[in-house]
Amino acid sequence: MEATTPRTNYLNADYGVRSWLFTTDHKRIGLLYLGSITVMFLLGGIFALLIRLELLTPGPDLVSADTYNKLFTMHGIVMIFFFLIPSIPAVLGNFLIPLMIGARDLAFPRVNLLSWYIYIVGALFTLYAMVIGGVDTGWTFYTPFSTMASNTNVIPTALGIFITGFSSILTGLNFIVTIHRMRAPGMTWFRLPLFVWAHYATSIIMILGTPVIAITILLVGMERAFHFGIFDPALGGDPLLFQHLFWFYSHPAVYIMILPSMGVISELITCFSRKRIFGYGFIAASSLAIALLGFLVWAHHMFVSGMSVYAALIFSFLSFAVAIPSAVKVFNWTATLYKGSVSFEAPMLYALGFIGLFTIGGLTGLFLASTGLDVHVTDTYFVVAHFHYIMVGGAIMGYLGGIHFWWPKISGRLYPEGVAKIAAAILFIGFNLTFFPQFVLGYVGMPRRYHVYPEEFQVLNVMSTAGASILGIGYLLPLLYLLWSLRYGTVAGANPWKATGLEWQTPSPPPTDNFTQTPVVTQEAYDYESFDFETVPLQEAKVG
Amino acid sequence: MAEGLVALAHRHQFDDAAQQYEASALGMWVFLVTEIMFFGGVFTAYVAYRSAYPGAFGHASEHLDLTLGAINTAVLIASSLTMALAVHASQLGKRSVLLTFLPLTMILGAVFLGIKAVEYADKFHHHLVPGAHFAFAGPDARQAEIFFSLYFAMTGLHALHMVIGLGVLAVLVLQARKGRFGTGYHTPIEIAGLYWHFVDIVWIFLFPLLYLIERHH
Repeated sequence: MEATTPRTNYLNADYGVRSWLFTTDHKRIGLLYLGSITVMFLLGGIFALLIRLELLTPGPDLVSADTYNKLFTMHGIVMIFFFLIPSIPAVLGNFLIPLMIGARDLAFPRVNLLSWYIYIVGALFTLYAMVIGGVDTGWTFYTPFSTMASNTNVIPTALGIFITGFSSILTGLNFIVTIHRMRAPGMTWFRLPLFVWAHYATSIIMILGTPVIAITILLVGMERAFHFGIFDPALGGDPLLFQHLFWFYSHPAVYIMILPSMGVISELITCFSRKRIFGYGFIAASSLAIALLGFLVWAHHMFVSGMSVYAALIFSFLSFAVAIPSAVKVFNWTATLYKGSVSFEAPMLYALGFIGLFTIGGLTGLFLASTGLDVHVTDTYFVVAHFHYIMVGGAIMGYLGGIHFWWPKISGRLYPEGVAKIAAAILFIGFNLTFFPQFVLGYVGMPRRYHVYPEEFQVLNVMSTAGASILGIGYLLPLLYLLWSLRYGTVAGANPWKATGLEWQTPSPPPTDNFTQTPVVTQEAYDYESFDFETVPLQEAKVG
Repeated sequence: MAEGLVALAHRHQFDDAAQQYEASALGMWVFLVTEIMFFGGVFTAYVAYRSAYPGAFGHASEHLDLTLGAINTAVLIASSLTMALAVHASQLGKRSVLLTFLPLTMILGAVFLGIKAVEYADKFHHHLVPGAHFAFAGPDARQAEIFFSLYFAMTGLHALHMVIGLGVLAVLVLQARKGRFGTGYHTPIEIAGLYWHFVDIVWIFLFPLLYLIERHH
């Protein structure tokens, strides 16, 4: 059967800039987010490139110490608050959750649009702060430096992050209500795709954690502006309280970044193994376990900041405990691959890359959860390498895998498979070359956040910078060929991967209301062995 | 009650008005959870410093006006009652009763804010606002300044929530006058009521924590 594109779909149902800026269609809002976060990703990438260029040589060649401080601060702020946190939820989650559960839209479409505008306003504040001189506190805004010492633009940056937080809260709220109240007939909780479970868990973190960082940033702003002495030791305040409040959000925020990626990987692994996922219930429950345990480990960022031995022991133990649900997922994905009909399309390459890199990132996390070893590697490149394995090797690999996998659904076109595989390989090689040497650098003692270093560290730093260049090419390639495919890609048809989700049972691109008739779900999510793909595109016949 | 909603208008993403009502109510509850976490951060700071500086907090607390605080507590509890009566009236479709209790709730809210403004002015007058002009007699002035930082942060955020609540109620009054609400559709009144009660409950915690900590002797 020749693949076709429906004559009317969400992309061409309405024309003009206004039809996009005032849309309440979750699919269009997902694309608004896609455009915005891509711009922020490129900006954060430029900062990263400048950091790596400076570190090519031991001396201070390219930028001054102050500029370097601003570069790593703005790299962190842009990448975390304006790219990673919204990445999969606001783009793929927005686009896919209603489709996956058989709904016409999210529960609150106007709130969804509002969240995008809030994101944009927050981003503009932060960009404004960067244009007028930037900020140098590190993305962590540690007090009392951020409240008393730094003479850079802390308040506008903090305000930008404060505002953007509400976009994240509204997204999480919308997802929770949607998943509870908008499921199609027969879509029981244990028939939900694991992508949806992962987003449910992510949303819980978003609504419980983000308000805490909001009030914390507000207090920092009040301290700077009105001399409220809450974190200032000179006024009797306690800077450690800031660290506790900050990490209470910012450690779970790591799970905001990685859980949606894990949801993507669950979809990819089972589809390209042509096999029912192993341990569905355990994977779903492990998402919730990560969300809940993730709130109890924050002080492992503070082992050297000063706390009682007993507190350190408990936080160390809980940090080990949170590795268990993560490992449950990895074992279940591996077991799904076992004896599956595995094929290696580009999304699958990203998924396999994710499993390897996330495992390395996770295991090195256990090094840092050990109170003794942590003292040795605190504030070294070991930490930098660890969290980049999680956030870049994990979260971004999952994001790109998901973008490739659902690109045919989003755009109606297939991306070019050959070049996509090459790009995935380039990314994997570039990533490891960039960040693996940093484990070694950190372990032998190179501290983070300095623009100069002793000469004996140069070889590993050159390797890292070379890797970063390769990584940069790896990121540019998908940007180019995905845009190319919008016009020249092969028409995808409703279900190019022969995948089981409801989103594949409606045309690509989907109509504005997603389904011509409300789907009725009669089976579990990943029944790849007995799913009857001949009768699946039942919705296409009526629309196409 | 849910069956009565089915036949009425609803937004396109919902199957029926009952689903729309359930989604809206759940949405407000989830929002209130985020509010608890938001206030939770500053309550945590309060707990940390009160346990660190119990004496200073006691001395500083005595500078708050217990009478005005108690009156305000009574005013807010009364406003919760009128809000509940407004929700009840909207469920029964009694528009004139609704249009009595909604404005009454707003008036009580405004009275609260007015008394709060008097208290703030008094603190300003007595140099109890943190910052360069802060003046506090006694050895624990620094710690007392933290108490007043928290006092203004907590009551200020609470007052901000009251102002937002008044804005929401004003919109609802206008809509009620146009006859938008009836027995079939009163979701906005209900979820605004949830919000209003939440803001009241925050005050129920703030009042003893700020005003009543050293009154037993």
